Amino acid sequence: MSGALLVAVLRNPAEAADLVPAEWNALIAAARAERLIGTLAVLLQDIAVPTSISPILTDARGEAEREKRQALWEADRAAAAMASCGVPVILLKGTAYAAAGLRAGEGRFIGDLDILVPRDRLADVEAAILGAGWEWVKPDPYDDDYYRRWMHELPPMIHKERDRMIDIHHTVLPLTARQTPDAAAMIANAIAIGHGLHMLSAEDRICHAAAHLIADGDLAGGLRNLWDIHCLCGEAAAVDEGFFLSLFERAAAHGLTDPVWRALRLAHRLYATPVTAYRSPISVDYSLRGGDRFFIARLLARDGWGRESRKLLRFAFFVRSHWLRMPPMMLARHLWTKWRKGHRPA
Amino acid sequence: MKHRIMLRIGPASFRIGSAWRQPIADLARLYAAYPQPVDGVADFTVRLEPTRPWRRFIRPSVFIGGDHMLADAAPMALAHGLLAAEMGMNMQMALGWRRHVLLHASCVEKDGKALVMTGESGSGKSTLAAQLGERGWRLMGDEFALLEPETGGVFAFPRLVSLKNQAIGVMQREAPEGRFGPLMRDTPKGDIRHLAPGAEAVARMDEGAMPALLLFPRFGFAPDIREVGQGEAFMRLTQASTNYVTLGEAGFSALTRFVTGVPARAIDFDSGETAIGMIDRLWAELA
Repeated sequence: MSGALLVAVLRNPAEAADLVPAEWNALIAAARAERLIGTLAVLLQDIAVPTSISPILTDARGEAEREKRQALWEADRAAAAMASCGVPVILLKGTAYAAAGLRAGEGRFIGDLDILVPRDRLADVEAAILGAGWEWVKPDPYDDDYYRRWMHELPPMIHKERDRMIDIHHTVLPLTARQTPDAAAMIANAIAIGHGLHMLSAEDRICHAAAHLIADGDLAGGLRNLWDIHCLCGEAAAVDEGFFLSLFERAAAHGLTDPVWRALRLAHRLYATPVTAYRSPISVDYSLRGGDRFFIARLLARDGWGRESRKLLRFAFFVRSHWLRMPPMMLARHLWTKWRKGHRPA
Repeated sequence: MKHRIMLRIGPASFRIGSAWRQPIADLARLYAAYPQPVDGVADFTVRLEPTRPWRRFIRPSVFIGGDHMLADAAPMALAHGLLAAEMGMNMQMALGWRRHVLLHASCVEKDGKALVMTGESGSGKSTLAAQLGERGWRLMGDEFALLEPETGGVFAFPRLVSLKNQAIGVMQREAPEGRFGPLMRDTPKGDIRHLAPGAEAVARMDEGAMPALLLFPRFGFAPDIREVGQGEAFMRLTQASTNYVTLGEAGFSALTRFVTGVPARAIDFDSGETAIGMIDRLWAELA
């Protein structure tokens, strides 16, 4: 399985020196499919690779630089648009990592611009963003209504000239999810990173990433998201000896102990993330627990041609993602509505 | 994947996998003279997969996948499998190639100088390039011309020439039957038949050339030649490029250099012979 090969090389880039051509082909295809090619290219920058591989990696690094430039420009434009309403721009995910120069941002693919704003200021932000050239993407009234009633973010908007999407979050997880992380506390603890931009605290960054990886979604792009967590942990722990204690403290406050703990176990197992075990004041170790092996199998479900494998397991996680998001009756109604509109799971 | 082939076309190399035998057999025959990727490592992976597992056997339906994909790409009939493979390779180039400015153009070379022809589908650029390739020019490509930002040179991407509708008959009179692929009827683009470039085009695929003339051919109009200003040529080339925006400043500089250094003409024509006469005259005059 090439998911495993990709993980092995990310964990220890020196292993790339021993790869044979067939493995290189599989590695590149898997890394592209998991959107980790830029990350891989940055990690292999100082490793001797076959001459045919160098241009592929150079291209990927160039592409990541371009992504970063574009993402930072979008953040800048959002900050300019929101200046009038006085709500600070708190960046989430890729754009935050890139803007703050974090290791998780190196070579990272960055899709949409994600920002977090206080729920009671949502109307002001929406008006400011719409006034600055962003437009609604989803024309379907059911989708729009669904987002507004049940989701943690506004329906996506796209900028009419730059063609880039913005997701405006007002909390961490869908309103229907079982956990209810404290978004107000996250906003209160956000850190300024210059140019009118902010990001979450080191602990909240991981809580946010783990919530999305483990307690939401179907683990699509999971290897990339887990790599974020790996980098965030390593960087934070290097400057704060007691980091994992304060992380678990924050996770408990957000009701996210289980997702955060599981994310750390998975990151430790797959990427050898340096984690700290505790006996007191809390008892935490990182040996795998029941269910973790399904997550690992799902995360590694990618073959040497870049294809998705383990279709049944993937489908099970797809079903799980919906189960986590909605109570059963609501889920039934939602799936029935989507089915009638012609939507089919991949 | 069950059936597979690797090949190199100019500077780009591909690994193509297929759930079915036939597309790979067609590729193997038509690309027989092509080199293998350096070190056996390909720049891009292309996959021809069934849209659903059972569609491998029942009413086979080909989904074109790979490193770079378009979410809304329409599935194709297995009878058009060779076309699907070619489209898959084009898709990788159009969406993923960053080492050159990719111009949607055909290109031929003589005396170390390149003639670049660009225009919309149906303009005749592909057929003209194929015809010139049989008449003393070296065919560099019928789909993409690769413009190198550092040197301003044009590099070849001599994949199979994709002949459509009447162009098939035109070229069957000029090239031997052995170099043709299967006739594919009723594809989304009409009837299509592929033509493998001649031996010289393949043997010299790594040789670049400096561009000497840019033409905007237009088939189906009364013969006419019109000068094209640098501004117009620039705008039309940006539209003809799949990665101009992505390349940023490098793309802008390369195209600026191209249009300021290369004379450009629009030619209207109603037959291949007329067009070739015009090209010979313009080439003698300008290149």
